[in-house]
Amino acid sequence: MKNTDGSPFAPHTADETAAMLAALEADSEVDLFDIPDKVAFDGDFGIDARSEQEIRGELQRLFTRNDDLTEFMGRGHYSHYVPSLVDHLSDRAEFLTSYTQYQPEITQGFLQALFEYQSMVVELTGLPVANCSMYDAATGLAEAALLADRVRETTGDTVLVPKYLRDGKRSVLENYVDGADLSVRSYPMADGNVDREALAELAGDETVMIYAETPTVRGTIEEDLNEIGEITADTEALFCLGSDLVALSLLEKPASVGADVVVGEADVIGLPTSYGMGLGIFATSEQYIRQVPGRLVGVSEDLDDRRAYTLTLQTREQHIRKERATSNICTNQAWVALRAAMHIAMLGSNGLVELAEDCVRDAAALAEQIDDLSGYQAPVHNRHHFREFVVRSNQPAQAVVKSLESAGFAIHAIDDHLLQICVTETNAHATDELLAALQEAS
Amino acid sequence: MIYDQARYTEDETKHEPLLSEKDETTVEVGGSDSPLPDELTRDKLTLPSLSEPELARHYTRLSQMNWSIDSGPYPLGSCTMKYNPKFTEDVAADRNAAIHPDRSTDSSQGNLELLCGLQEYLATIGGMDAVTLQPPAGAAGEFTGILIAKAYHDHHGNDRSEVIIPASAHGTNFATAAMAGYDVVELPSDEGGRVDLEALKAAVSEETAALMLTNPNTVGLFERDIVEIAETVHDVGGLLYYDGANLNALLGRGRPGDMGFDIMHYNVHKTFATPHGGGGPGAGPVGVVEELAEFLPRPRVRQTDDGGYEQFAPDKSIGKVHGFAGNWLVLIKAYAYIARLGDAGLADASAKAVLNANYLAEQLDMEVPYGPFHHEFAVTAGDRDAADVAKRMLDFGVHPPTTKWPEMVPEAMLTEPTEIESRRTLDTLAEAFNAAYTDSDEAIETAPLRTTASRIDQVSAARNPQLSWHAVDEE
Repeated sequence: MKNTDGSPFAPHTADETAAMLAALEADSEVDLFDIPDKVAFDGDFGIDARSEQEIRGELQRLFTRNDDLTEFMGRGHYSHYVPSLVDHLSDRAEFLTSYTQYQPEITQGFLQALFEYQSMVVELTGLPVANCSMYDAATGLAEAALLADRVRETTGDTVLVPKYLRDGKRSVLENYVDGADLSVRSYPMADGNVDREALAELAGDETVMIYAETPTVRGTIEEDLNEIGEITADTEALFCLGSDLVALSLLEKPASVGADVVVGEADVIGLPTSYGMGLGIFATSEQYIRQVPGRLVGVSEDLDDRRAYTLTLQTREQHIRKERATSNICTNQAWVALRAAMHIAMLGSNGLVELAEDCVRDAAALAEQIDDLSGYQAPVHNRHHFREFVVRSNQPAQAVVKSLESAGFAIHAIDDHLLQICVTETNAHATDELLAALQEAS
Repeated sequence: MIYDQARYTEDETKHEPLLSEKDETTVEVGGSDSPLPDELTRDKLTLPSLSEPELARHYTRLSQMNWSIDSGPYPLGSCTMKYNPKFTEDVAADRNAAIHPDRSTDSSQGNLELLCGLQEYLATIGGMDAVTLQPPAGAAGEFTGILIAKAYHDHHGNDRSEVIIPASAHGTNFATAAMAGYDVVELPSDEGGRVDLEALKAAVSEETAALMLTNPNTVGLFERDIVEIAETVHDVGGLLYYDGANLNALLGRGRPGDMGFDIMHYNVHKTFATPHGGGGPGAGPVGVVEELAEFLPRPRVRQTDDGGYEQFAPDKSIGKVHGFAGNWLVLIKAYAYIARLGDAGLADASAKAVLNANYLAEQLDMEVPYGPFHHEFAVTAGDRDAADVAKRMLDFGVHPPTTKWPEMVPEAMLTEPTEIESRRTLDTLAEAFNAAYTDSDEAIETAPLRTTASRIDQVSAARNPQLSWHAVDEE
């Protein structure tokens, strides 16, 4: 370490600084600044510099103030076991410390990895165009509504969404569509799934987009996506389907049920639980290719006639099209997409489908065991489930959650007497203890 | 310096094969072993199924065919490609921090404390009163800020329709204002490259919701008239928005809050050295003055009287701009970086960033039309094509700057070396500039020669988009 008085990451010795200033005929670095005195800052932030070791210790202690609970939580943020290869290879500095591929000739590696990610999303959704990331599922949904508004020639201004929808998704969607003068309206659910009759009644000329999810935020699997696709087609609205990259390996292909856009959680794979950090899917059909938000990696050739990858169709993007861009997104979640692709590659087709099948089997098995306890009924909805399910408890849900917390578990309370529980391979080892704690809490 | 990039070449048609060219395994989905009835499942799924050693090589090779800040200088203007301290990765990997966002307040005090601490750091660095950490990138921060401005005007019964943006601003500013439903009023620059104060006075009106400003601007110039600019906007009831992309020029020497800005975003992946990840994730926290705090996204985090932490929804919150709490892992790294530098380190980072930019420009045999600049400058390639000069630079062991932008400089090469480069590296960088700039037409038009791919045909990529390995197979 050279520059001990200032930034440890600026390599200048005092002699070098002096020589550089001399080359500029300046007396000091401050002379190089052109900030009028009346707005210059000469105070202190009061931030003490600490050593690397001190900060590691400080934050280690800080994070132990989070209670060490075994989480059975989901509702849009999930935990699957991430193989070590994903950490080790994605952490290679050539990936982690690069940026957007503005010079494709020297960044073929990342471009190819993102192209492979796009290809996996294409395979899983059945839709031919996938971008290389949105921030998260919520912003992906919001961008889908803006795409619908751009491509629909109806006079409509309503986006229909399920009544059971994560608050974050609904609120982000409302914020994004406000500027386009669209309004968001809920349609009812029937036993956890879309109430298709009610939806058909609500949908009409006013509808710009219909959004449905499978699995739903309550973990139920939609049973007649075709009919939702038909309802949407009848109104000439866009059908946007929300899902996740694990569920898509097992459930009906969105393209085959008439989905125009697929959004959802790509972060279910490749990223461990990380306080809600995400990776948003965005896939659509060929006809909307020039309306897609975000970055697209395509194939071309170099001067030696070899295949080469490059960001393409950039005239959609803000740095070229400015206020007429399809979105304002610039920095995205590329590194998280790299990790998702690595994780899918590690699982392969068999491993991914098996993981998804376990999400169905394990949820059904745990729900049945909870249903056998006194004081609980599970699952509340008479549907197939994926990873998670709703439980009715005789005791107030909040009281159960509190009791479980003191026993070392975290689950959701979603209504006065409704709990939600999510099970994957990361917490399956602890289901017996969870059952005992639930019994205790009843 | 000469650079030969790794190049694994399979045959005359391609380099490293796609995963799908190494293996494709189709699995039948559904059937008697399936936990779901067939009508709910897809028929089959085709993906590569490869062993871990094969994948380790695949991704190692791809990484070797990729430039990064750890490979060498990466002076993209307005991108602030700094070194990303390794220890921040270890800090962010703490498994105790890896909790679900729906955890109870009581059981997540550690995360809330970190968020609260980072909010305070950013508020004091920017001279702001309140900060949200939710926006997941700079553009998302801009959008959050403009939504706050809109909510503020709505609350005061003012239905304003315009956002004013200098012509030299980042493209995201224009796109953000349009997404929020505003008409964009583009402001010309004056002869010196700064905001034309007279043009601004003519542009503002009761319709002005906000002026979005980058300071120093995108050619590195400080807006010397910032106090008059702020007064002009405030006099008509508008708000002043600070685009934080260039905050690395100001640390410890100027704070947007002291200049009259009402709202700002911070690009923590720029100023606070979190890794750019090949395009993201970043984070775009937003700071506001006290009067606007009640409009910030929910939930906010604050310290309680008993020393604990809690979340709350501000009265007139705009709602949410991310499904959860934003890019959490990035925020941890930003906190660790700020703590590592402290007051003196932060100020020194800006001082050295400005010194490096000025020193580098001095070594170039090319003209820099606007000055005095701070942490970045726009040098012109004159009668050469800036994009061609940049391609030639790739052969010399450096990444070139941002090219052909901003448009106020013809054949611009917007260059931001940051504080992390030594004098020796800056000399190497200058040699690369000068050698490429003076090279023959043929040399720069056919460059690069030593990178994994030679010059790529952008036109055919856009004319015939192939966006997946399925599309490649069909060709």
